[in-house]
Amino acid sequence: MSIIAEISRWAIPAFLLLVPLAAYLRKVKVYEVFVTGAEGGFWTAVKIIPYLVGMLVAIKVFVDSGAIDILAYLLKPVFGFFGLRQDLTQIIPLAIMRPLSGSGALGVATQIIAEHGPDSFLGRLASTMQGSTDTTFFVLTVYFGSVGIKKYRYALKLGLIADITGLVASVYIVSKLFG
Amino acid sequence: MVNAVWLFLLAVGIIVAALTGRIDVVTSSAMAAAKLGVEVAISLIGIMSLWLGLMRLAEEAGLVRALARALEPLTRLLFPSVPRDHPALGAIILNISANILGLGNAATPFGLKAMEELQKLNQTRDEASEAMCTFLALNTSALTLIPATIIAVRLKADSGNPTEIIGTTIFATGCAMTAAIFADYLFRRRKGGRL
Repeated sequence: MSIIAEISRWAIPAFLLLVPLAAYLRKVKVYEVFVTGAEGGFWTAVKIIPYLVGMLVAIKVFVDSGAIDILAYLLKPVFGFFGLRQDLTQIIPLAIMRPLSGSGALGVATQIIAEHGPDSFLGRLASTMQGSTDTTFFVLTVYFGSVGIKKYRYALKLGLIADITGLVASVYIVSKLFG
Repeated sequence: MVNAVWLFLLAVGIIVAALTGRIDVVTSSAMAAAKLGVEVAISLIGIMSLWLGLMRLAEEAGLVRALARALEPLTRLLFPSVPRDHPALGAIILNISANILGLGNAATPFGLKAMEELQKLNQTRDEASEAMCTFLALNTSALTLIPATIIAVRLKADSGNPTEIIGTTIFATGCAMTAAIFADYLFRRRKGGRL
């Protein structure tokens, strides 16, 4: 754990030193080439704007309307049907929020942790779920937006399959280890 | 599918707000989100420029190609449609590595660079290629060794052991990634299937 943390701490400084150094040793005009590459940053960011605006508006309207609470309420019987423990229903909002909004999910997870305690079953489960997948909609919007892809084919399905698997795996492993 | 999901989010949000007597929320949220979209994009410019500049240096020094070659057995399995020496593979590896180390700031620029390179190989301008779908499947299931943000939240909430969820997180994210790769393989085999 501490080794990995140290690697994370040193990775960027090492990258910042070693890449220009290696390039210089191979006779690359380091500063000029760096600037030429960096020029692309502006246009890439600008290109994403329409995609981000479109997706964020839909997601924020959905989240702020309180639709997640209603959806969570409707999904409760499903949990009962599978014979899962009752308190699991309290993580439904987090499960719905996770692929939609990174900051939204972090907010819900933080609230669950504050309410039930970080070392409770729900606190550990929320923590695990938060780290188990990335924000699918954000990643797809930004990545596809940057190259002007509008037709996602099966990419969204793949992202959601990963999210659902991450959710089920989180419930399984936390129940098993900390149940 | 993305069209249906987009409309679903928007329509359900507006209907729920209307039925619960909070229709004003729709207006304020829509305007705030539109503004946020631009802010997020603008805030990316500096970091994007830094990493794209370094990427170009790494490319010209031959480092990206060397990295791609070193991990070739793996990339050939996952990205059979990308030529062996293509710079896309180097960018993909850097993106995944940054994700694993939890370096979100560096991961996005590398990922966008990878998309740019993959787009050069793409036959259809506005439609995702198979390699892009595979890459994003890996990316959204994002294997991270240390979920730093949630550990900080747990620490603040006086957890007796803030890092005890590292093991469970790696297990869950590993399952998610395996499922995504497997599903991607199945989708790819259904040749030409538009889903």
